[in-house]
Amino acid sequence: MAEKLRGLAFVVGDNVDTDQIIPAQYLVYSLTDPEERKNYGRYALSGLPPELGRFVQEGQWQSRYSVIVAGRNFGCGSSREHAPAALQIAGVKAVVAQSYARIFFRNAVDGGFLLPLETDLPLHERIRTGDAVTIDLDEGVLTHEPSGRSYPLRPIGDVEAIVRAGGLFAYARQLGIIKANP
Amino acid sequence: MGMTLSEKILARGAGKSAVRPGDKVWVQVDVLMTHDVCGPPAYAIFQREFGKGARFWDPAKVVVIPDHYIFTEDPHARRNLEELRRMAREQKLPHFYDAFSPRYSGVCHVTLPEKGHVVPGSILIGTDSHTCTSGALGAFATGVGNTDAAFVMGTGKLWLRVPETFRVLLHGRLSPGVMAKDVILRLIGDIGVDGATYCALEFQGEGVASLSIDERMTLCNMAVEAGAKNGIIPVDGLARRYLEERGVDCSLAEASDSNAQYLATREYRLEALVPQVARPHSPAHAVPVTDCEGEPLTTAYIGSCTGGKLEDFVAAAVILRDRKVKLDTYAVPATVAVREAIGRVQVDGKSVEQILKEAGVKLGEPSCAACLGGPEDTFGRLRGKEIAISTTNRNFLGRMGSKEAKIYLASPATVAASAVAGCIADPRPFVDERSWELVAQASRGASLPGVGNPG
Ligand code: SF4
Repeated sequence: MAEKLRGLAFVVGDNVDTDQIIPAQYLVYSLTDPEERKNYGRYALSGLPPELGRFVQEGQWQSRYSVIVAGRNFGCGSSREHAPAALQIAGVKAVVAQSYARIFFRNAVDGGFLLPLETDLPLHERIRTGDAVTIDLDEGVLTHEPSGRSYPLRPIGDVEAIVRAGGLFAYARQLGIIKANP
Repeated sequence: MGMTLSEKILARGAGKSAVRPGDKVWVQVDVLMTHDVCGPPAYAIFQREFGKGARFWDPAKVVVIPDHYIFTEDPHARRNLEELRRMAREQKLPHFYDAFSPRYSGVCHVTLPEKGHVVPGSILIGTDSHTCTSGALGAFATGVGNTDAAFVMGTGKLWLRVPETFRVLLHGRLSPGVMAKDVILRLIGDIGVDGATYCALEFQGEGVASLSIDERMTLCNMAVEAGAKNGIIPVDGLARRYLEERGVDCSLAEASDSNAQYLATREYRLEALVPQVARPHSPAHAVPVTDCEGEPLTTAYIGSCTGGKLEDFVAAAVILRDRKVKLDTYAVPATVAVREAIGRVQVDGKSVEQILKEAGVKLGEPSCAACLGGPEDTFGRLRGKEIAISTTNRNFLGRMGSKEAKIYLASPATVAASAVAGCIADPRPFVDERSWELVAQASRGASLPGVGNPG
């Protein structure tokens, strides 16, 4: 986790639920088939209210935005792991939110899909979609490039070991809970 | 210091004498449930991580219940069912309620208790957020994603952060026309959709004891809508009878210690509660029905793991008897056993099924159906600018299939009354002490077929 992460922000509000992240009708697609899984990128965040703008452009399956900035309770609703997976497939590296719904957070960490980072501040009110941001994980700050302002991120906490390992399976292998190789 | 019910179960699962909220523990899982949407991707991760020929940690502890996308021509949905079948074959799973087979059951969270898979004091993990429903019978039941499920498939283990317990004390008894759905909507309205995030939501008090098992399931079902990790109710005499009828071992049933610590306690007097309606697009937008009476609707929907149980349909039938619906009204029994029971159970000499049909309600096949939208051809799915009132658990934007639609959540009684009135309506004028007593009687008297030890 030593690297810095730079990208364009896509800004959403409070309580973005998994039906908005990936609407249920698309859950029929395979997550393993390399062609079919692109549909998850194509429809990522397609359930958002239209006034927030398009996250993925028509005809594309990857987004120009790699950081999602959100308010409270991001990822509430269903347990579908397709939600963090869809964001990852669309190119998201990190979400920065004031809080997460429990299962989404767990899925993001255990599946190693993306970094679910937390902040105490309502950054979604200070950052606009399309603004460039840099996340420095070692320092624990997000810098908003247009204003030059930096905001502190909360420490990742007791799941840091899983995040550092890159997901639950890698972590369990390190601990010796499961065999090194299948 | 004492422990709460959830702490006791997790301590046992972790092989420890005690745990505290915030502890991160590895627990032994007693039952893993999966369905057609998450089973195939979880199995793909299992095979990737443990190898193609790997076996589940304990096939007898895995319960597979296809329910989401069953009655659809969608080829991808069909393929998911095929993949579940392959998994069940390869792993020789004894508890597979396969679609289009005599064992097909319907919605997983209603099937689990019906078929005796919910054991008080056990840890039940499911690849679905409403797995918390099974807490109504004293289990620690929670939802996880595919990666966690794949890990459990291979090891039987899962890491969990021990939740703090948020206690809800219910006093008194609900009045005629008021249901458990109204209690949980009011609670979520009061504490918000993240009001119990990471918590165990435990219901206690004589108000809970006065509720049937179906109604207790409704309470626990929507714990996740307040952000909770699990919902839980200690086993009492009624629950014990329900479980024993199904051959379930109740020897590990527990209750919270009298000196247990709670993060918070909220109390409700049930007789003072009025029917609630959650306005679009959040379950937390709950208001008394009297605040939105007369608001326009186009569609009514009775179904899902929240509002598609036998008692839900009996409550609707008490209101729909000898009346006609003015809205496009859909009814989807959660399971085959519920479907059979509504053909058998009578309200004043007419079966629930007959009452629904005579009222003009369209009856669908047991499954999740339009609760989560689903493929285009799903029964009851919203397609345009409908304004629906529904007994389901989520009214998020687009949840039932259309981003232009609006969804109000309410109890089956309120949905039935609204279907008759053609707009949002208070169910209380439609019922009295006598007719409402039929609801309790009908569901008490209806021993569901197909129960007993899981085969
Ligand atoms: S009925 Fe609805 S909420 Fe319940 S399991 Fe099915 S889709 Fe989920």
